[in-house]
Amino acid sequence: MGRAFNTIAFDASKCDGCGDCMIACAQAKTGTDDVARSRIQIVGRDQAFELALCRQCADPKCVTVCPAGALAKDGASGVIGWDESKCVDCLLCTIGCAYAGIALDEASGHVAKCDTCDGSPACVPACPHGALRYVTTAHIYNEVGDWEDLFAPGLAGCQGCNTELLMRHTLRRVGPDTVLATPPGCVPGMGSVGYNGATGTKVPVFHPLLTNTAAMLAGIKRQYKRVGREITALAIAGDGGASDVGFQSLSGAAERGEQMLFMVVDNEGYMNTGMQRSSCTPYGAWTSTTPVGESQRGKTQDAKNLPLIMVNHRCAYVATASTAFMEDLYAKLDRAIEASKSGFAYVHVYSPCTTGWRFPTQLNIEVARKAVETNFVMLWEYTPDTGLHFTHPVDDPLPVTEYLKAMGRFRHLDEAQIEHIQRKVVENARFVARLAEQGEAGVVA
Amino acid sequence: MEHTRYLIAGSSHAALEAITAIRMHDAEGTITVVTRDAHLPYSPTVLPYVVSGKSAPEQIFLRDDDFFARNRVAYRPNAALVGLDAAANVARLADGTALGFDKLLLATGATPVIPPIPGIDAVDYHVLRTLDDALRLREAAPRARRAVVLGAGLVGMHAAENLVKAGASVTIVEMSERLTSGYFDAIAAGMIERAFTDHGATIRTGSRVVRLERTEAGSRLTLADGSELDADLLLVATGVRPDLAYLAGSGVDHDKGILVDDAMRTSRADVWAAGDCAQARGFFGDDKIMNAILPDAAAQGRIAGMAMAEDPGLRDYAGGVPLNTYHFFGRHAISVGRAAVPEGGEERVRHDPQSGRYVRAVFDGDGRLTGMFGVNEFFDGGVMAQLIVRRMDLSAERERLFANPLAVGRELMSRTWR
Ligand SMILES: Cc1cc2nc3c(=O)[nH]c(=O)nc-3n(C[C@H](O)[C@H](O)[C@H](O)COP(=O)(O)OP(=O)(O)OC[C@H]3O[C@@H](n4cnc5c(N)ncnc54)[C@H](O)[C@@H]3O)c2cc1C
Repeated sequence: MGRAFNTIAFDASKCDGCGDCMIACAQAKTGTDDVARSRIQIVGRDQAFELALCRQCADPKCVTVCPAGALAKDGASGVIGWDESKCVDCLLCTIGCAYAGIALDEASGHVAKCDTCDGSPACVPACPHGALRYVTTAHIYNEVGDWEDLFAPGLAGCQGCNTELLMRHTLRRVGPDTVLATPPGCVPGMGSVGYNGATGTKVPVFHPLLTNTAAMLAGIKRQYKRVGREITALAIAGDGGASDVGFQSLSGAAERGEQMLFMVVDNEGYMNTGMQRSSCTPYGAWTSTTPVGESQRGKTQDAKNLPLIMVNHRCAYVATASTAFMEDLYAKLDRAIEASKSGFAYVHVYSPCTTGWRFPTQLNIEVARKAVETNFVMLWEYTPDTGLHFTHPVDDPLPVTEYLKAMGRFRHLDEAQIEHIQRKVVENARFVARLAEQGEAGVVA
Repeated sequence: MEHTRYLIAGSSHAALEAITAIRMHDAEGTITVVTRDAHLPYSPTVLPYVVSGKSAPEQIFLRDDDFFARNRVAYRPNAALVGLDAAANVARLADGTALGFDKLLLATGATPVIPPIPGIDAVDYHVLRTLDDALRLREAAPRARRAVVLGAGLVGMHAAENLVKAGASVTIVEMSERLTSGYFDAIAAGMIERAFTDHGATIRTGSRVVRLERTEAGSRLTLADGSELDADLLLVATGVRPDLAYLAGSGVDHDKGILVDDAMRTSRADVWAAGDCAQARGFFGDDKIMNAILPDAAAQGRIAGMAMAEDPGLRDYAGGVPLNTYHFFGRHAISVGRAAVPEGGEERVRHDPQSGRYVRAVFDGDGRLTGMFGVNEFFDGGVMAQLIVRRMDLSAERERLFANPLAVGRELMSRTWR
C-alpha cells in the first residue's frame, strides 16, 4: 500500500507577505538573512500572495530529468532529497519542475530545494499569521493502512463521498471484536449489509429499523456481556435515522447509559432515498422536499443540534468531528471507544454530500473544511467530568458565505436568508462557547 | 521462442520512464529490456562530467539491479536489437536470439554522426555518447597538448571545456557561422565564445575540414581556407542521429527518426518509439521534428509506456519544445522555447555587458511567450515551458515578465496552476 507523507500547507488568505518564513528558511539553510536564498519563496503583489515551494511531488519531474541520479524521493519521508556529491550543477531539474520548487541558489552555485528540515520546517513556526502549517496527518493513514480493513472491497458510494473513508477508518480502529448496526441510510446503501447473503463486513453486522437501532444494539451488547464476551457495540447511522424517527431509542439508550459507540454520519438529510429534508437539514438548504420555487426558497426551519441534545443526556462521551480534521477525529474515536466500555459514547461526524449538496466531487474535504473555518460546524468534545471544550477553536471565522457558495444547495439564497444563516452561526457559536466557558470553570462539571 | 509482453530496446531516459509508466498501470505483464550497452542505465548527459572527473563513473547509474528486480523487469545488457519482424512481432538480437513480444518500444537513442571527411577512417578520433566513450576520453584528456573539437554544439562545447581544463590548447572547428546554434542568438553565443577564448581556446566558426591525415602525434586537419591544424586528440561532435539499421524490412516508417503519432505509436500497431530515436510532432507547428533532449525523451517515454499499457490516463503529447541548460566556466545559460521570432511577433533583449547578464524573451503576435533565453540570469525554465505550452496570453504581463522573469514567472505560476 502507498504511503502518505507529511506536508507543508499554505493558506494564501492568511498570508500578508511579511517574509518571516523566508528569513527563517535562509537562516536555517544558509546561515544568512538573504531571502533570495530561502527555499520557500512568497511571491505576488497587491495583497495577493502566493508560494513557490517544492511540493515533494509523488511523480517528481525533477528526478526524471536529472542525468546524474542526484535527486531521489525518499520512500519513508516522501521528501525529494538532493545529493551534492552526485549533482553536476547542470540545472536540468529547474527545467523539469513546473512549480519553481527547485532553483539555483546563486550564492552557492548549486540548486537548492526544501527538505522540510527533516520534519521540523523552520518556516512554519516563523509565520506570525498561521498561513503555514506542517500537516502530519499522514501517520494516521499509514498506521491505519497497516491494520486489517474490515469492510469488503468495492463499497458503492457516490463519487467523492467521504463516508467510505469514515467507515473503513472507524471499523479498522474499533477492530474485529465488534458488532455493527447500520440502520437504513447511505451506509448500508454503500454495502455494509452486503449482497446475496454475504455481509459487506468482516464483523457481524445487522440492519435494524430506523426506529430501533440503539435499542437492538443495546440488547445485543447485553447478551454478549451476559455470556462473558467483550465486544464493541457500534452503530453507524445517518442523521435522519438518529435525529428523527430513531431518536426515541437513541435517547433511551443514552439515558440508560448503554455501553455502545453511536456514530452519526450527518449529511443533513435523507440523501440515499432522494435527498429529503431531515431535522438536521440547515435553514435555507434545497432538498427535494424543501424545494426552491416561487413560494418556497429552501428549508424554512433551522437545524436541530443533535450533539448538544446528546450532551444534555450527560453521556459518557459526546463529540463532533469532521473528515477535514482527521487527527482530531482520530483522537475522538480513541476516547469514544474507551468511553463506550463503561457508558454511552456519541460521535457526530459532519459529512458533506457531493450528490445532495451539489458540489464537484473532488471538493468534499474542502467543503468540510470550510464548514469548520466559518464556524458553521464547531469541533468540540464533552465528558461529564471535563465539561465541553473546543478541540479546534476558530477565533477568526470566515464569513459564512465562504461555506455557502461552495455548493449548489444554497445557490438560491437571498440577502435576508444569508443574514439569517450568519446570525444563526454567531448565535450557535456563542451558545456553545458559553457551555465551553462553564465547562472550563467547572460549573457544568 | 522466448516471449515477453513488453519489450523495450534501449535503457536510457525514454526506456526508464516507459518502465515506470507501464508498471503504474500493469503490475503483472512481463517486461524485458534489451540494450546495446554493457552497463546499468546512465545518462549520456552526465558524460562530460565523467570526463572532467566531477562524476565518479560508479556513481552515475540511474537505476540498480534492485530496481529491475522490484519491478520484475528482465534487464539484458550487451543485447542490441539488430532486426525486427513487425508482422510476426519478433525481435532479433545481436547474439542471434529471437524474442517474441506483444508490444515493442524502440528507445535506442542516437549515435554520433561521423562526417564523410576524406581520410577520417585513417585517423584516431573520439566521440562522446556512451560511458565507454567517456572513459576513453577521460583517460586521454590529461595527455592531450593540442586538441581539436569538430562541432560547436553543446556536446562539443562541453568536451572542449573539459579539455581546456585538462590543460590542452583547444581549437573548436564549427561549420556554421555560430556556435551552439539553435539554442542561442548571436549575443548569447558571443558571450559563450568569449568565455572560451578568455580561457585560451580558439574558436573557428564558418570553417570546414576538407581533409584528415594521420601524423606521428595524431592527426592533421586541413580546412577549406587551406590552413592546417595539428591535433594529438581529435573529438568528433558534429551532431547525432539515430542508427536505425535494425528497421530494415520491418515496415516501420522513418524519416530522420522513427515517425510517431501523439501517443508515440509508429506506423506499426504494436510498435512505439520514444526519445532521441523518434521523430514526433513539434510544439510550434505540425511538422515532425527531432528534439533530441533529455526532458523530451523522458516525456515521450512516459507517454509510450502509458499507451502500451493502455492506461486511460494517457493524454496526447503536447509537442516537442526545445529546452536546454548549459553550464560553462562557472556561468550558466538557459534556453526555453524557439529562438526564431514568429511572424508578427517581437523579441525583447536586455544585455548588461558589465554583469554579463543577458535575457531575451520572444512573444508571438498574440502576446504569447514562445521563447525565453538567459545567460547568467536565472529563471525557472520549467515555469517558462509551462507558460509556452499553455499558450497563455501574456499581453498584459509582457513587460513585467521580461523585466523580471524569475519573480513574475513564479507569480503567474502560482496564480494559474499551483
Ligand atoms: C555529451 C552529451 C551531453 C548532453 N547534454 C544534454 C543536455 O545538457 N540537456 C539535454 O536535454 N540533453 C543533453 N544530451 C542529450 C540527452 O542525453 C539525450 O537526449 C537523451 O539521453 C535521450 O535519451 P534516450 O533514452 O532517447 O536515448 P539515449 O540516452 O541515447 O539512450 C539510448 C539507449 O539505447 C541503447 N541502444 C542503442 N541502440 C540500441 C540497439 N540497437 N538495441 C538495443 N539498445 C540500443 C543504448 O545503449 C542506450 O541505452 C546530451 C547528450 C550527450 C551525448
